[in-house]
Amino acid sequence: MVQQLTTGERQNALVILLCIFVVGLAMAALGGFDPFGVHGVVVMLYSGGIAALVMKHYYDPEPAPGRQSQYYDDPIKVAIAFSLAWAVFGMFMGVWTAAQLAWPDLAFDSGWSSFGRLRPTHTTGVIFGFGGNALIATAFHVVQRTSRARLAGQISPWFVLLGYNLFCIVAVTGYFMGVTQSKEYAEPEWYADLWLVVVWVTFFLLFLATIARRKEPHIYVANWYFMAFIVVVAILHIVNNLAVPISFARAKSYTIWPGVQDAMVQWWYGHNAVAFFLTAGFLGMLYYYLPIRAQRPIFSYRLSILSFWGITFFYMWAGSHHLHYTALPHWVQNLGMTFSVMLLVPSWASAGNALLTLNGAWHKVRDDATLRFITVAVVFYGLSTFEGSFLAIRPVNALSHYTDWTVGHVHAGALGWVAFITFGSLYTLVPSLWKREGMYSPALVEVHFWLAVTGTLIYVFAMWNSGILQGLMWRTYTQEGTLAYSFLDSLVAMYPYYIARAFGGLLFLLGAMVAAFNIWMTVREAPAAAEKQADIPDTGLAPGASPAPAE
Amino acid sequence: MDIDHGALVGFAKSWGLFYLIGMFVCVVIYAFWPGNRKRFDDAKRSILDKDDRPWQ
Repeated sequence: MVQQLTTGERQNALVILLCIFVVGLAMAALGGFDPFGVHGVVVMLYSGGIAALVMKHYYDPEPAPGRQSQYYDDPIKVAIAFSLAWAVFGMFMGVWTAAQLAWPDLAFDSGWSSFGRLRPTHTTGVIFGFGGNALIATAFHVVQRTSRARLAGQISPWFVLLGYNLFCIVAVTGYFMGVTQSKEYAEPEWYADLWLVVVWVTFFLLFLATIARRKEPHIYVANWYFMAFIVVVAILHIVNNLAVPISFARAKSYTIWPGVQDAMVQWWYGHNAVAFFLTAGFLGMLYYYLPIRAQRPIFSYRLSILSFWGITFFYMWAGSHHLHYTALPHWVQNLGMTFSVMLLVPSWASAGNALLTLNGAWHKVRDDATLRFITVAVVFYGLSTFEGSFLAIRPVNALSHYTDWTVGHVHAGALGWVAFITFGSLYTLVPSLWKREGMYSPALVEVHFWLAVTGTLIYVFAMWNSGILQGLMWRTYTQEGTLAYSFLDSLVAMYPYYIARAFGGLLFLLGAMVAAFNIWMTVREAPAAAEKQADIPDTGLAPGASPAPAE
Repeated sequence: MDIDHGALVGFAKSWGLFYLIGMFVCVVIYAFWPGNRKRFDDAKRSILDKDDRPWQ
């Protein structure tokens, strides 16, 4: 890793790490025993640890001069490792919190392990830790391969990756200490948010500079999705997190948005986090790894362009469907509802495009568990987007809102779509990145697939049942016009479903652990791929000497 | 001009609609422009070739 950097770059890396270390020191000194001070220590340990790694290899030989004629894959490899570690952590926290709902004693009467603090460690762990690192890994991989250009930086990819993980670590450790802005998917406090802005702008510039170096005349559509993901997440993050800290030595801050505007901004952010973090970036994965794995070009490139712009311009307006029957003006609710229903068109255009790409290759789907991961992801994408449009309709929302149906919907998307497309992409990416013949154990991929499918189905069906039951119990009136059930009655009725949900989640966690083991063993033990044509342009010339595509 | 609730609703219902329709028309023209056909076909096929080095 460090060996790929020149001495000058190693020095620059150390300077950057020193600056971060000093910031951590200042935070620790100012914050004292406030969580702000604890986070200062976390920053010092993190930057100090990485600096120690750089210094350990400081006098290693410099990289060979041919560096520029190869893709820059080291940061991608580390991003995959981070992604899997966060997957196991985040999903474990999910199983734990799910079990707490069935058996509240599992909070062990401590503050740090109460449901309210553990829940964001689950959401941040899986969305930002697992999903975010997978997005960074695949964005770096896809942009290089489809642009035929090496990443436009030596240190900046590391800065993006390691800086992003520092953000995740500060976020999660903060939750245990009770640090939160109380904004869904935007819980981290002001200093973590500021840091993420720096990291994200670097990510944006790096991606843009790499695109600018491209040798392909056309920017492949997957990059559009990654670009939309990066740009929009930056805008959302900045606007939603505008806040004034109570002091520059304390973790606590207050948002500048008042009342209903705060709610609107939060759900504009929240829904577009689903749209651009959990959808656009993963569609980028789909449009690259599906054709690669199936060895068939995408069914209709034009359709992929139309659905790209549809998704980009419709999703922006859909957030207010989270605020039906609130103080938000009625027409804004209608706007969100209308756009949510219209969103079905570009969403199903993407799903249909992917399924039609597979048309004629169904025998591959049957035989190849990795391609099956991608196929199931597409099916769940179609299903969840339909469900999402449906739930956004006001009268449907009256039944579903605040119930487990919403939780079921989110997990149909997060497990069935996001995690499946991620694992399908990783199983495609890992052997090619480490130049292996295949995964260490195709049988374990198969085991993972069935654990994941079973877990997702159990989870989603449990939540559909419990959500609709909850919604109906809350709105059932007696003949006298009073509510037929107390809230406690509905809670007791949830008990079996909560156990089923925890069990489904457990299966999914086991699957992720199998994946982590299998990928680890692939890197360690799997036989290296024979020096096949894959690495060398098929031109008969020296490697990298000709831009002619191999046919 | 006062920016009140009514003005915003009016703006959203008129110009908001026009700009989305305009956007839609532009995207359709771009996607179906005959001259772009070859470029799109090349793009969707070229990711499948086996070349694994940056072009110089």
